[in-house]
Amino acid sequence: MASEIGATDAASSEPQARHVIYCGVCSLPPEYCEFGGTAKKCKDWLEKNHPDLHEKLYSEEAVAATLSTLSLEAQKRAAKDSQKKEAKAAAAEAKAAETKAQAQILIKRVERNKRKYVTAVSGLEAHGMDLKKVAKEWGKKFATGSSVTKTASGGEEVVVQGDNSDEIFDWVVDVAGVPEANVDCIEDKKKKGA
Amino acid sequence: MFKKDITPGAKSKVKSSVQRAIRTKITETYPLLAPHIDEIIPKKSQLDSLKLPDRVTLYALDSHPLFYQHMDDPITPHLRTVHQFPAAFPRIRIDRGAIRFVLSGATLMAPGLTSAGGRLPSGTNATTDKDDGEEEGEEEKRYGGRDLEEGEVVVVEAEGKEEACMIGQLRVGTREIKEKKKGVVIDAGHYLGDGLWRIELD
Ligand SMILES: [Zn+2]
Repeated sequence: MASEIGATDAASSEPQARHVIYCGVCSLPPEYCEFGGTAKKCKDWLEKNHPDLHEKLYSEEAVAATLSTLSLEAQKRAAKDSQKKEAKAAAAEAKAAETKAQAQILIKRVERNKRKYVTAVSGLEAHGMDLKKVAKEWGKKFATGSSVTKTASGGEEVVVQGDNSDEIFDWVVDVAGVPEANVDCIEDKKKKGA
Repeated sequence: MFKKDITPGAKSKVKSSVQRAIRTKITETYPLLAPHIDEIIPKKSQLDSLKLPDRVTLYALDSHPLFYQHMDDPITPHLRTVHQFPAAFPRIRIDRGAIRFVLSGATLMAPGLTSAGGRLPSGTNATTDKDDGEEEGEEEKRYGGRDLEEGEVVVVEAEGKEEACMIGQLRVGTREIKEKKKGVVIDAGHYLGDGLWRIELD
């Protein structure tokens, strides 16, 4: 760590705020992770990221000390409660994974005028992507207009100016890590003279 | 009050005169926080105010929530602000058994405070900054000697835990809690993991 000697003026005093570590999984101070539904994941995260704090909270003595303050009856109830919470969290996670596995991303090339295209991409949100951020990134990457647009069905999609279907397909698969089977490319041709 | 997820409303910049008034209000409500106010809300900073549901206003700096206020209730620190300066607020402590109820949004009841694991101010009126009693224990200092009044904002700590888990307005004074040992103590607090804790301002 860097030395504590400040090179700047001494007029501004040292910050007094305590710096508290928060769990990267459930966002609470790690000593409260046991009350959430993700206790196991939280523990693993802490061991990896703050081993000293992990040692302090999960050592045998620490666990024994906290348990001794509860009556046997209360311990049982608390254990049952946290089991329930964990089962609930696991079920929710499994369900989320399943919907994600089935969620299809649709890359649609739409002909606007003769030889002018836009590319409309829907279904990104089901794969955990933030549409606004994606639109911004594509705008930069393809040096073109790119925005989030409401669809007729009430959802939202990212619309990119120009035909960028192939590049977008590659990005979705390579950068965002979506399985190829979950991405469709289609063409939406306007009927002539329509 | 924040049991559900919160989608913050429109954000607006706080006028500098209003920001000064907010700083004053904070230091009047929490005198022990006064030495730190420049660190929490630097003089040249730009506070944002956001409308939350149920007529709550949230004050934030660089997308970090700092304080909130429900109508004319006292301005109240976000729990992350409490964690930064825990000694600046009056504190009480619940026993371990009450933690999971508080964290699921239940009303805080007196027995969680009057049991063996709970702590309340001693009520001996000893001011915490006078230390003529060298024997005065660490805990005695932490929870103070002055009984707290109904309506005061109090930080709720927990047996065996370092950090506070809740903050809210007392529905009854701490003397009455000790006498009756039952009833509602805090019914609309802000607690770890609630909507206000998880709010995203970006
Ligand atoms: Zn956690």
